Amino acid sequence: MTAVTLASAEVSPRRWLKALASQEALLAIAVIGLAIAVGLYNPRFLAARNLSDVLLGNAYIAVAAVGMSMVIISGNIDISVGALIGVLATISGTLAVNGAPIVVAWLAALVAGIAVMALQGAIIAYLRIPAIVVTLGMLSILKGGLISVTGGKWITDLPDSFHLADIELFGELPFPVFLMILVTILAALWMRYSASGRAIYAVGGNAEAARLCGISQPRTIVMVFALHGLFAGAAALLYATQLRVIQSTVPPNLELTIITASVVGGVSILGGAGTVVGSTLAAVLIAEIASALVFIDISPYWIRAVQGVLILVTVIADILRRRRMAGA
Amino acid sequence: MTTDPHGDAPAVPLLAVRAIEKSFPGVRALSGVSFDAARGEVHALLGENGAGKSTLIKIVSGVFPPDRGEVLVNGKQVDLARPDDARRAGIATIYQELLLFPELTVAENIFMGHAPRAGLGRIDWRAMHEKTNALLASLEIHDLQADRVVGSLSVGNRQRVEILRALSQDARILIMDEPTAALTEYDVTRLFDIVRRLKARGVAVIYISHRLDEIFAIADRVTVLRDGTHVATKRVIDTDAAELVQLMVGRRIESLFPKMTVPIGQPVLEVKDLERRPLTKNVSFTVRAGEIVGLSGLVGSGRSELAQTIFGVTPADNGEIRISGQQVNIRSPAQARSLGIAYVPEDRGTQGLVRPMTVRENFSLAALGKVAFGGFIDRGAERKLAGDGIKRFAVKTSSLEQIVGKLSGGNQQKIVLGKWLANEPKLLILDEPTRGIDVGAKAEIHRLMGELAAQGLAILMISSELPEVLGMSDRVLVMREGRIVAEFSREEATQQSIGAAMMGSHENAEKAA
Repeated sequence: MTAVTLASAEVSPRRWLKALASQEALLAIAVIGLAIAVGLYNPRFLAARNLSDVLLGNAYIAVAAVGMSMVIISGNIDISVGALIGVLATISGTLAVNGAPIVVAWLAALVAGIAVMALQGAIIAYLRIPAIVVTLGMLSILKGGLISVTGGKWITDLPDSFHLADIELFGELPFPVFLMILVTILAALWMRYSASGRAIYAVGGNAEAARLCGISQPRTIVMVFALHGLFAGAAALLYATQLRVIQSTVPPNLELTIITASVVGGVSILGGAGTVVGSTLAAVLIAEIASALVFIDISPYWIRAVQGVLILVTVIADILRRRRMAGA
Repeated sequence: MTTDPHGDAPAVPLLAVRAIEKSFPGVRALSGVSFDAARGEVHALLGENGAGKSTLIKIVSGVFPPDRGEVLVNGKQVDLARPDDARRAGIATIYQELLLFPELTVAENIFMGHAPRAGLGRIDWRAMHEKTNALLASLEIHDLQADRVVGSLSVGNRQRVEILRALSQDARILIMDEPTAALTEYDVTRLFDIVRRLKARGVAVIYISHRLDEIFAIADRVTVLRDGTHVATKRVIDTDAAELVQLMVGRRIESLFPKMTVPIGQPVLEVKDLERRPLTKNVSFTVRAGEIVGLSGLVGSGRSELAQTIFGVTPADNGEIRISGQQVNIRSPAQARSLGIAYVPEDRGTQGLVRPMTVRENFSLAALGKVAFGGFIDRGAERKLAGDGIKRFAVKTSSLEQIVGKLSGGNQQKIVLGKWLANEPKLLILDEPTRGIDVGAKAEIHRLMGELAAQGLAILMISSELPEVLGMSDRVLVMREGRIVAEFSREEATQQSIGAAMMGSHENAEKAA
């Protein structure tokens, strides 16, 4: 052990750690900085009504991105979540319209979400089929099934009590925003402090080492997907109840927006690293950018391109970071 | 380094490497190695694992350049910066893991990258088949058809395809890395037949093998490497197996290994007739408390496989394992862990550590049960566990929150060790505990092993480094082809006796088995 290797081993990881820790800080700064910058250009952007709408309309993406982040950290991916959210919203709405108790309508979305995702997790983990293939299959099944069963009819005349999104807590705080914050905090604590959360990082970081440590990879993956299904169910409820109608179709590109939030939030696409706080901040940032485009007179269609740039920049940064680590 | 006057070569050898030096971070792989091969000569390269054979052939094949030294072909210096340069210089290498396209035919594989062309850049399939048939005929291979899909061929036939591929590129120098490792007896005979034909055509064959009898059967000269240096070049007719083993293992000046004499206790691990095909055959042995048992053998002799079977990674098909006298049926690593077995795998990078995780997280990973209550990790307990480990193992890290991927190899290895000892095991299985780490860290690991044994831990140590085995072990077991072929007490064990049993060279192994 020479002094030289010691010195370099001590200095650079600290920098590396700092860079990692600051992914969330960076996003928070971006969220606030962007608000100020756009506000200077067009003060209407900062109107409470607008900011609240931005959060309200996109909270479900952040909630789904929390589950997605867990899935990606575990070394997997899920592209069926957008379609699933559409299906769950339709199931819940159909039950509510047909007179089922509202709580049952809500619970149905959560339970069905868990069931579908746990099934996918089991196929991925026990049959060892790559997640992208399994979830691609599920995406088609859900999308095709939904349009065939509903015939594309919209669900209207939803009972008022069904609308979760109308609830305001403490007079001001809309329920979706509250749920987004609550889910993020609980998930962050769980990922950080629970043995199961640690297992997700270990399986995603090095499945072989995790296995030799006695961590069951299949069980961890099924658990991750089941949780992801729960969050997808919650996201579906927020999505279903924010308008007076449910469109019975799958929101286009929803899964991509959710994955974007996770990746831009600092979750490593190779697994093993990232936080759910980052993904929620990134979801907020993306929603904010979409809204800002309107206020600075840029076609909102640019939002997809902006998302693309964000993804590439974050992934390249992540890969470069890993290279540096591997070069040790 | 000694130059042997008997290893004489013709005036201008077909291939000559001169004073090659190559270092990798932390390791000096080759220091001043010279070597040559003449037209029509089969020159064997011999050495223990890590002696530098692979590095040498990779330099000659253009996989990476040497730091110093030169390679001459036909007396002219060649610059081998890329594998393609080596190919153009007429050098072809057949690696142990054959590099073929299983879905393509024999002819397509042979001519991959240099297929005969018809007009407009089209592949001339007819010419390709004709050339393939001509190549097959030239080596009198009659049981291989040009249009067979390679994936359906036996290993021996696939190897023949690789050889033909080399010949199709007019290779004059053919390097074969352990070509017989996966071959049946019959295929070995056929391979030798082909090698003799190549020899007759003036091809220089560089033949790497651990099997001494093969070297005596096929080679003209043999060069022995040890620790990255050239030890000797001998004509095969002037030497014998005993001398080669002696040259190979030699005597080295190494740091002292502090295995203290400690009272040996009750058996902790008893293995009887353990079977797990294909690499664990009828294995029986015992490891006692306070004892370090060294497990020697060549790569591929089944040592790591045996360890993984005991640890439940690949559960046994047959046989008996007793832990502290209790018969157990270990089906998974989790179960092995709960029985008090710890396994420090050979490959830190892929099996031992989760590199993106911190020092603290890696330390507690195998002992989460000890720091987690009701499913939640007690951060304080976890920090204490990791902090104690760092102190006990003298890990040099800036903090507990350091990402382990950034630590040096020796420190990473200490964390792998410490991670497992956090569980307070009864039996510790170490697979190549000091491979690839520097001398200082090595000595530290050895000191720790001694201490752990003194505390009553039973240790099974797999190691390819004979001085380490000799220095650390109370007893030495030698494995070859999935079986334990010899056992030596600390007093009986010598580099020669272990080396001979490892290689299966006649005298010793026969007796011991």
